[in-house]
Amino acid sequence: MVRLERRAKPSALWAVLAPLVAVLITMCAGGILFAVLGKDPFEAIATIFWEPLFGEFAEFYRPQLLVKGGPLVLIAIGLSLGFRAGVWNIGAEGQYIVGALCGAGVALAAYPAEHALLFPAMILAGLAGGWAWAMIPALLKWRFGASEILVSLMLVYVAERLLKAMSLGVMKNPDGMGFPGSRNLQDYPSAHNAEIFADTGLHWGVVAALIAVIASYVLLSRHVLGFHIRLSGQAPRAARFAGVSPGRLMLFCMGVSGALAGAAGLFEVAGPAGQIGISFNAGYGFTAIIVAFLGRLHPVGIALAGALMALTYIGGEIAQGDLGLPAAAIQLFQGMLLFFLLAVDVLTHFRLQFARKGTM
Amino acid sequence: MKFAKTLIAAAITLGLSTGAIAQDKTKVGFVYVGPVGDGGWTYEHDQARLAVEDHFGDQVETVYVESVAEGPDAERVMRQMAMQGADLIFATSFGFMDPTLNAAKKFPKVKFEHATGYKRADNVSTYSARFYEGRAVQGTIAGRMTESNVIGYIGSVPIPEVIRGINAAYIHAKKVNPDVTFKIVWVYDWFDPAKEAEAAKVLIEQGADVIIQHTDSTAPLAAAAEAGNVIGFGQASDMAEYSDGPRVSSIIDNWAPYYIARVQAVIDGSWSSADTWDGIAPGMVGIGEITDRVPAEIKAEALALKASIASGEYHPFTGPLNKQDGSVWLAEGETADDGTLLGMNFYVEGIEGNVPN
Repeated sequence: MVRLERRAKPSALWAVLAPLVAVLITMCAGGILFAVLGKDPFEAIATIFWEPLFGEFAEFYRPQLLVKGGPLVLIAIGLSLGFRAGVWNIGAEGQYIVGALCGAGVALAAYPAEHALLFPAMILAGLAGGWAWAMIPALLKWRFGASEILVSLMLVYVAERLLKAMSLGVMKNPDGMGFPGSRNLQDYPSAHNAEIFADTGLHWGVVAALIAVIASYVLLSRHVLGFHIRLSGQAPRAARFAGVSPGRLMLFCMGVSGALAGAAGLFEVAGPAGQIGISFNAGYGFTAIIVAFLGRLHPVGIALAGALMALTYIGGEIAQGDLGLPAAAIQLFQGMLLFFLLAVDVLTHFRLQFARKGTM
Repeated sequence: MKFAKTLIAAAITLGLSTGAIAQDKTKVGFVYVGPVGDGGWTYEHDQARLAVEDHFGDQVETVYVESVAEGPDAERVMRQMAMQGADLIFATSFGFMDPTLNAAKKFPKVKFEHATGYKRADNVSTYSARFYEGRAVQGTIAGRMTESNVIGYIGSVPIPEVIRGINAAYIHAKKVNPDVTFKIVWVYDWFDPAKEAEAAKVLIEQGADVIIQHTDSTAPLAAAAEAGNVIGFGQASDMAEYSDGPRVSSIIDNWAPYYIARVQAVIDGSWSSADTWDGIAPGMVGIGEITDRVPAEIKAEALALKASIASGEYHPFTGPLNKQDGSVWLAEGETADDGTLLGMNFYVEGIEGNVPN
């Protein structure tokens, strides 16, 4: 008989080990899944994890890891602050869309004028758009106690409608033969979020993600606000006694996570994606939730988790093309990662107690 | 010395022979926007891929990646295919347009084919189907079959292709039934079973007894089956599983002849950038079997229309036709030119409501 016994303190060892063990279990379970599908499991796992980093075409894939991982890390860093404080912003996908719309809107309004300040202005618009979209659930929670989980999630669908309306309406490319979608900002030098060094994948969004990782690390470990965030999550009552205003902290966390998601959207629309289109959003806002938890809500962990997630995406595409694995199997594989992480996480807070005779 | 020579000779032979093998087999990549099991758009592209494999056997190797997001992911997938030796890549969604051109720029020797777009390059062709020809046949059946004189139309995304379909269906329904009216609901998506079902239910509630869909799932047919006295049409694929129920016919995208021809052109070295827009005649647009629920004389009328379109004798957009605002579009006997059709953003006279924008 095995019992779970709550640890007096979360285990520091397991907090670090849990993601690694989860990755290992995912590889095993994924291997079984791939074997059942009739593929060589070792080859499939190797393709997903090895090929993008050290394979024949790694020089092409490594920069792509930055392109794919950048927005994930940027969004996840913002979300992690809220998640630590017990503020659940589930709607980063919507904030990502609105940030992209606002940023691209500035560029399209200025088109075709070239100005050095255009791109900075777009970044500000992206931050502001994401922030404003996150303020809707934040203010509703603050004023009426509405659940930020539900409101932020539902606003994703509103943002998707807005995206479609914009692609078909005011932002539609006038030279686009009546098809939906905006002009391509990659062809507009002042607005283009180009790679800083060609073929490195390093665009300003990746730089912003790195800055966010460092800033969040400093905030959480050195700043009183970071202390308040951690305290609110762990002991809300104690936080109140320490003078933390829960409402204001919630507004701060929602605002930062919204602004960062908005910025991620802006960097994507001005760079790799290039244009607003009816299906511009590719799910970064939701995947970032997995990245935040996989990274233990810790800035460095999130950076690593973002890279890992990007790896499974790119490796997954290679596995589809090379081995004929179905896309659904890859998605299942990614889902397992979070599932097993949550399962292994139990060991951080509990210890296994093997019942001795007489205790039953 | 001699040994070294032999070694070099061996290496050269080996190099040549592996090179020759690589050249023998033409590699064709397919990039899909949805899952191959969507039963509609992507399913039909994948059927055509299988037809390519069947036709060429060992001469050709195909690879595909499904559920690819439109944007940077699509570009990466195409570049990945090109690096791994694809000679020809089919990008099968409108939203892959700019990513296809970006990838094509980086791989000038690889041929690209982009479905339903309008941007071409020396190594990028575009292709699409004249689905409106099929819509004319559907409109005829719908106009004859409706008893409530209300035809429901589920629009996907308001782009010229979809507007053309609505106009073609309306013109031909009206021709056989002057009392007919169209109710149009937009779902702003190509594939969303929940929204499609909802749209179908709304239309049925508003009195529609014929549902025409430009979305790819079978959800509207399921809704029609549930409602009872409502008929509908298969879209993109035949959707024959509803033949015993509401499905009376269908428009089938048949990409196989085109894909086989283009792969052949790459093998022959005769491939060049082109814009293809084929209809019923070459078989790119198929009309699924018209079921017995349709009386024989209506079926004969629909098939006669299909035959006259296929022979080129009749154009579905033939004047006199007015635009919605009453202004003259086509004079008596005049037919629409492809340029106007490709950019069509207006309804013809008689359709209520506005083209959303």
